[in-house]
Amino acid sequence: MNIQTPTKKYDAGVKEYRSTYWEPEYSIKDTDLLAVFKVIPQDGVPREEAAAAVAAESSTGTWTTVWTDLLTDLDHYKGRAYRIEDVPGQDDAFYAFIAYPADLFEEGSVVNVFTSIVGNVFGFKAVRSLRLEDVRFPIWFVKTCFGPPHGIQVERDKMDKYGRPLLGCTIKPKLGLSAKNYGRAVYEVLRGGLDFSKDDENVNSQPFMRWRDRFLFCQEAIDKAQAETGERKGHYMNVTAGTVEEMFQRAEFAKEIGTPIIMSDYLTIGWAAHNSLSKWCRDNGLLLHVHRAMHAVIDRNPNHGINFRVLTKLLRLLGGDHLHSGTVVGKLEGDRAATLGWINLMRDKFIKEDRDMGIFFDQDWGSMPGVFPVASGGIHVWHMPALVSIFGNDSVLQFGGGTLGHPWGNAAGAAANRVALEACVQARNEGRELEKEGKDILMKAAGHSPELKAAMETWKEIKFEFDTVDKLDVQHR
Amino acid sequence: MNTVQDYPSRLSDPASRKMETFSYLPEMSSAQIRAQVQWIVDNGWNPAIEHTEPENASGYYWYMWKLPMFGETDVDAILAELDECHEANPSHHVRLIGYDNFTQSQGANMVVYRGEMV
Repeated sequence: MNIQTPTKKYDAGVKEYRSTYWEPEYSIKDTDLLAVFKVIPQDGVPREEAAAAVAAESSTGTWTTVWTDLLTDLDHYKGRAYRIEDVPGQDDAFYAFIAYPADLFEEGSVVNVFTSIVGNVFGFKAVRSLRLEDVRFPIWFVKTCFGPPHGIQVERDKMDKYGRPLLGCTIKPKLGLSAKNYGRAVYEVLRGGLDFSKDDENVNSQPFMRWRDRFLFCQEAIDKAQAETGERKGHYMNVTAGTVEEMFQRAEFAKEIGTPIIMSDYLTIGWAAHNSLSKWCRDNGLLLHVHRAMHAVIDRNPNHGINFRVLTKLLRLLGGDHLHSGTVVGKLEGDRAATLGWINLMRDKFIKEDRDMGIFFDQDWGSMPGVFPVASGGIHVWHMPALVSIFGNDSVLQFGGGTLGHPWGNAAGAAANRVALEACVQARNEGRELEKEGKDILMKAAGHSPELKAAMETWKEIKFEFDTVDKLDVQHR
Repeated sequence: MNTVQDYPSRLSDPASRKMETFSYLPEMSSAQIRAQVQWIVDNGWNPAIEHTEPENASGYYWYMWKLPMFGETDVDAILAELDECHEANPSHHVRLIGYDNFTQSQGANMVVYRGEMV
């Protein structure tokens, strides 16, 4: 019998975190969950102490020693700060790398991981501000999560669409249309050549348009547009609701009427609710479009919160077939390299560490399907060459105002976008450089499409050139 | 100034039926088709040909013309096979597929010969 001699004695009081939670010699394990935080410590707090404090407070530690610490093997359970790096171009901040052992987390629970690693620590006194920049999920955790209900490859097969990005459109005005008028707008964009139309995030079931009426009118719009064009179509029927029971009632009805895709807002409905909905979608054969309302509250401030690349990984684990990614070229925030980084995280099987794209860790997704990134917001036909070039085929490009604002109406606006898209794909396949020759490609396509010609005349002067707020951390002095 | 134009799509008009990628563009010239075949070859995809009576075009499965041309990189050979399929089935839609066996999907899929729409 192997008898161990207890080596630690109980010593009450407050200790420096770094004596327990700072381990620069630690060699990380494949099973560890890794996280990197951007930390701005309070004045006078050394970097090692602040990093160790973050590791402690996001794992086993509390502010003072407790006797029950000695009833377990803390070395087995504790998170460890194992590396510190300068943040390029920002002297008051540093990156703290933390390794969390596998046994800290419940299998398959994204909720549990984030309740642990960002649960309390953001309000913690030793740090002035904190931002979770990236997380490496170990393969054991990935394999215990559910993932996208169908993924890119299955969606292409179900919708029978190959060799090009998919096209969508959010119906506007966001609020105030009756269900029948709303269905009209859906019918027009689908017959004009779009693959999908979309409920806006805040279209749920308001007094002016109850969900059941909307679903029925939109389904007739889909059916007629399919018969007319011979192509498969869908409308993202938003099942986001105030209670989980209501959400599933709407999803069941969407299934009953034979619609191919529904949508939810994963941050506002909550991750547990979203995970359940995603599982339901796989069990019932419906695609799931995921909107990200509220994300900027969490990800926009460069010194606080959670970077969107982490919210992207989290959604892929929770499950969704589409996720909004930002456009790079449109009216909303986005930095090209960072956006490309999280687009890769949505779609690829294995993503290598690449600091130029803001990716801090290798990420292996195992066999988990990919998610379509959705570019939506403030884009129109003149952006098409850049969008096809940036996003490639596995993407959904969504033109809201850029479809509905066409001078001849929605169908013409949709046709203009479809012609522009196909002309860009054809030119790319011929080896032409879209971002250089885009104008020429579009002008030529407009020669056979009066709808595209009118669209190009309507939008040619619009430019969006605001500086982005959340850029990658680079030396910019 | 724009004068509003009607969008001339009709359930009753077979010309309104589309066939996915590139069906909103004018029919391609033989040089343009060649360039798309080259794209499939350059990507390392396996070319394959399918055809159907136009009235059965809406299903997932069309008739497979022989077997996919695994490993075929000769653009002329692929074009010749498309012609042969078209000559044997002159009233059919004929499409060219580029099978990507790594994604288990189709990297390309375009109708090369369009039958009379129904």
